[in-house]
Amino acid sequence: MLFRVFSKNELKNLYDILAVNHIVGPVSKGCNKNSTALYDFDFVYDFEELQLEYSATIHSLKRFILPAKETLCSFTLQKNNWQKHVELNAYKPIVYFGLHACDINALNKLDKVLAGKIYPDPYYAAKRNNMFIIGVGCTPQPFCFCHSMGADSVLHGFDMFLTDLGDSYFAEILSARAFECLSGITCREPGKSEHQRFLEVAQEKMKRFTCHVDTTDLTKILDLEFQADVWREWGEKCLSCGTCANVCPTCYCYGVEENVDLDMRHAAKTRHLYSCNLIDFAEVAGGHNFRPHSHDRLKYRYYHKHRGFVEAFEESLCVGCGRCGNACLANITVPEVIASVRGKEGYHG
Amino acid sequence: MVKLPFVDVLADKKNYMRKDDLASFEYTYQAEITNVYSLTKTEKLYQLQIIDPVERARFTFKPGQFVMLELPGIGEAPFSISSSPIRHGDIELCIRAVGNLTNFLTRSPRGTRVGISGPFGTDFPVEEMQGHDIMLIAGGLGLVPLRAPIFAVLENRSRYGNIDIIYGARNPAELLFTYQYDMWRQFDIDLNIIVDQGDASWNGPVGRITSILEDRIQAAENIGKNTYAIVCGPPVMFKFVCDMLIKAHLPTQKIFVSLERRMHCGRGKCCRCNIGSTYTCLKGPVFDYWSVMNMKEAI
Repeated sequence: MLFRVFSKNELKNLYDILAVNHIVGPVSKGCNKNSTALYDFDFVYDFEELQLEYSATIHSLKRFILPAKETLCSFTLQKNNWQKHVELNAYKPIVYFGLHACDINALNKLDKVLAGKIYPDPYYAAKRNNMFIIGVGCTPQPFCFCHSMGADSVLHGFDMFLTDLGDSYFAEILSARAFECLSGITCREPGKSEHQRFLEVAQEKMKRFTCHVDTTDLTKILDLEFQADVWREWGEKCLSCGTCANVCPTCYCYGVEENVDLDMRHAAKTRHLYSCNLIDFAEVAGGHNFRPHSHDRLKYRYYHKHRGFVEAFEESLCVGCGRCGNACLANITVPEVIASVRGKEGYHG
Repeated sequence: MVKLPFVDVLADKKNYMRKDDLASFEYTYQAEITNVYSLTKTEKLYQLQIIDPVERARFTFKPGQFVMLELPGIGEAPFSISSSPIRHGDIELCIRAVGNLTNFLTRSPRGTRVGISGPFGTDFPVEEMQGHDIMLIAGGLGLVPLRAPIFAVLENRSRYGNIDIIYGARNPAELLFTYQYDMWRQFDIDLNIIVDQGDASWNGPVGRITSILEDRIQAAENIGKNTYAIVCGPPVMFKFVCDMLIKAHLPTQKIFVSLERRMHCGRGKCCRCNIGSTYTCLKGPVFDYWSVMNMKEAI
């Protein structure tokens, strides 16, 4: 990995170099009723819109790489015959400017399922391979538990990662193209003091995490506590609305639907992102539902994230961004649920 | 200015080593419904033939695997293949009309073109079972996925020991594949059928499938060592039947079950078929009972 340092004034030049492409980044979206500023990822048209000091975005990047509704293929229907046309829905490279480590980690985790060895998903791969990612260091928020999930730092899956050193940015460079971009602005190799400052910033960040999740032996504990009463208690709270899956950066479950056009000559197959908390998620033909209660579905969600994915890929599917807890209408948060399953009642409610 | 190049994952082999896999992700074989048999009031047997002769010859599957059947504009759903594996792309699917797609299918005449992708999933290890007795236990529609292993065994009948089919249905009118029973019996298969409710024409046994299984287990010799069991049926049946088999000292890794879940992709992506956190479409639909015991909410 190569490192460079450039002053904060140069960031605008870096933006301008990349501005010939489409740029997606954190932008301000007003504030909530407690007058806390809200941010979300959106297309950026002017450098001034880019809010690199953002706390956290409401939604994840899923809107761009796993759209809530995506047409997988279309059909031309003729009398007793049809043709299938597949369109990957990726047309342009996009620069993602200012992603936090948790979001880049989420993409790396999604890669394992959607761009892995078994049936790689071309719709995802097409969008993923056309991403140019500039990560940016973050300030831990009260709801962030990425440190516990091992997602507070990121080692791969980006082109450049910027860390704020006060008056300058410390850039980690992972790709030739990112190096090429930096050659257009004034930057230099970091000296000893900057190395020191970089490590200090990392340590300061570490100290600011207030929310922790104990993941020791979590897979075993989840198996042992499968019948625990706490799941029922959480199930009673849960509204089964699927908001958590909506904002989650790693929820990729979907449903496929086919529709015929009104002219009866064309049809399309669309996939909609789904949520395992919705009531008909595990329903089979004939009406039998394998997870009829809201606690069954809530439990399944935690099992998939914290146990099943660990079993398959040796890491949790949760990155600890805390978005689900923030968005939940019933105030169900991951740290509380896991603490209660571990039997630490202090965290409860 | 750095203008990023567009990476076409399907064209650029450098950027994606498994280009062919990507291209085949949404690939569908075009197939034609060549024949339809009405088996009962709601179930029909569809004979499908992949239209392209090369694809048809290349299409191979193992007993127990499933295909995704697609009717453009109507829907896509997984179905167990219930024909003989040696027939390649001439497959048979037995389908009950319960939903959108299946009800549309019942109204589709011969000659309708459908899409098939697959085959997906795991299979019954019929080769490993050679030299052993096999007990095939089916309840209701559970006979459908078992028909492929039955055919596979019939192709090599001499390599297997005693073969017992124990089949339970709600009433005689709901029995599937009745026209094949005589053929199966002629191949020295012990076919035991039981119904929950008999009618005027029924002169076989009446009761639960477990009662007939009890008799068969007692009649079988050295069941713990020589026998493999294949079980498929409604969720409630699995537990009772498998418990009985385990009590008869059948090792759990010699009991195979075929599980049913709704699937939207068949490729380990959509998560709809997850049991606990295992994909039924990748690790299943055929599981040995040991794996089932290790999964939550499986049956």
